[in-house]
Amino acid sequence: MSAPTLERPAPDETALQQRFDATIAADRRIEPRDWMPEGYRRTLVRQIAQHAHSEIIGMQPEGDWLLAAPSLRRKAILLAKVQDEAGHGMYLYSAAETLGADRADLTDKLIESKQKYSSIFNYPTLTYADVGVIGWLVDGAAICNQVPLCRSSYGPYARAMIRICKEESFHQRQGYELLMTMMRGTPAQRAMVQDAVDRWWWPSLMMFGPPDDDSPNSAQSMAWGIKRHSNDELRQRYVDMSVPQAQFLGVTLPDPDLRFDEESGHWRFGAIDWEEFKRVVSGHGPANAERLRRRRAARDDNAWVTEAATAYAAKHAGTAAGSAA
Amino acid sequence: MILHEETVYEALDHAHGGEGHWAFGTGFDEPLAGVDTTVPEGIDPADLGAYCLMLGDDALVLAQRLTQWVTAAPELEEEVAIGNTALDLLGQARLLLARAGSVGVLGRSRTLATDSIPDEDALAYFRDPDEFRNTGLVAAENGDFGQTVVRLLVASTVRLAVFARLRESRDPVLAAIAAKGVNELAYHRDHAARWVLRLGDGTAESHRRVQAGVDAVWPHLADLFTATDVERRLTEAGVAVDPADVREEVVSVLTQVLDQATLRVPEWPADTPPRSRTGEHGPELSALLETLQGLARRHPAATW
Repeated sequence: MSAPTLERPAPDETALQQRFDATIAADRRIEPRDWMPEGYRRTLVRQIAQHAHSEIIGMQPEGDWLLAAPSLRRKAILLAKVQDEAGHGMYLYSAAETLGADRADLTDKLIESKQKYSSIFNYPTLTYADVGVIGWLVDGAAICNQVPLCRSSYGPYARAMIRICKEESFHQRQGYELLMTMMRGTPAQRAMVQDAVDRWWWPSLMMFGPPDDDSPNSAQSMAWGIKRHSNDELRQRYVDMSVPQAQFLGVTLPDPDLRFDEESGHWRFGAIDWEEFKRVVSGHGPANAERLRRRRAARDDNAWVTEAATAYAAKHAGTAAGSAA
Repeated sequence: MILHEETVYEALDHAHGGEGHWAFGTGFDEPLAGVDTTVPEGIDPADLGAYCLMLGDDALVLAQRLTQWVTAAPELEEEVAIGNTALDLLGQARLLLARAGSVGVLGRSRTLATDSIPDEDALAYFRDPDEFRNTGLVAAENGDFGQTVVRLLVASTVRLAVFARLRESRDPVLAAIAAKGVNELAYHRDHAARWVLRLGDGTAESHRRVQAGVDAVWPHLADLFTATDVERRLTEAGVAVDPADVREEVVSVLTQVLDQATLRVPEWPADTPPRSRTGEHGPELSALLETLQGLARRHPAATW
């Protein structure tokens, strides 16, 4: 054995690193009090925060239809769904906080565009069919991405994902059920569904991130057990799942190159416009500015409320209302 | 708890049919499905339906106002709380409108809405503003968060007092709706009261703002405690609550909360006739209904 050099971890850190590596290798969970490499912590905070931000920003495109939902039943379903998304954001910010992050600070980073959220939410919702298509395709893609995260190596994240995936799967079903109802409805309703599918299909494919040969962080995340499948694997899984659903629904997916490959058993699809993806993810999508403006307004316009709650809690520390603040 | 990923993917492949594939049921079904909607003897169905519209419209319109806060609330916890409150009220509205429909009170709505549209939606989406029976208190604009929680405090205090008594209503459907609603309303009132305390006794700015909210909401108390003819007749029949009977309780609760919040209780406004309960509303209700009803009305033959 050679003498330790400055680049290597100190001996006790080496032991910690070995224990961490052994935990990952045995497919067991890392918990908040366990030692973890700084890069692992940083990667997780970035990924979990981005996920939390997506839940919160994701409330907006559907939330735009809450006041105008065309039946009381649909309004109740949509309100409950948007609520669930706020709840998901809370669990995820809490998971990030177990790694030493702070929710208010992460929110500031979102508003200042220092952290990202899923590019899908930068597209506007033009008709009520968009609500159904977001449930079916966007939540469907999110579930494909997120189900493997229920086995993520970081315990609090994995546990949050179990609950989130159950609720997402419920939302996906409700979205699909809305589309089925609309497809059985008037010609105008059917046209709305097809139009929404035409607009959301390609962006939903982009939700899996860049192709594997252009995904800089993937390899390390997979080695750490933060990520379980590559972007392209998950995208293929999503396409294979969605095509039969589209056929059953009676809509056409807007891809002339889509065809079934007997040999591999997979649906092959056309080329994705990655230039559009880059444009939207870097803040030039149709609704980026509006999404952030509204999130900023919720923070700034109500800052006096948060200050009051903090002041009240300090005055009444220990009393019931104070501790609930 | 282990969720096997293959199971979830499989469930998604079979999105049509098969309840067992999903974590939860679909829920949100017909509000009065399976309920005996027979009207007990001695109760005028037209009065009962009109009364259900008053209570149902209050809930529907306040739910719509609260929903305006979604994605704009001060904290994520408050997004969830305000959304839950709106959802509870929406649930109450659906039951009450369905009850009105079940006794044949549908006004002009049924001639405009397609047959496949359920009564609750015919009533919510195809009545004009002058057919709505909500109070001006719930139709008023939200104002800032302070004014919003003051209005919620007042509205849920009044409604809780009414619903607590309606549990004894001679109409079993209304009694059951009230029994379910009481627990929800107790939570809404408590939640609103806690915010009024925090804001009243928080910072100088929050005190000033929530006091302004109180002052803006108070005039709406004027027509809350005068019974309409329908309420008077139904109270005699043991079905409804005379709003005058809850006045003392409401005054006592509101005074207690405002005192503790170090806020000034404005002079109680003189009682006026219940104009909004008979269909006289301001432009704010028309604007609210235009948003609520627009899409459904553009597609009158559609079901959703």
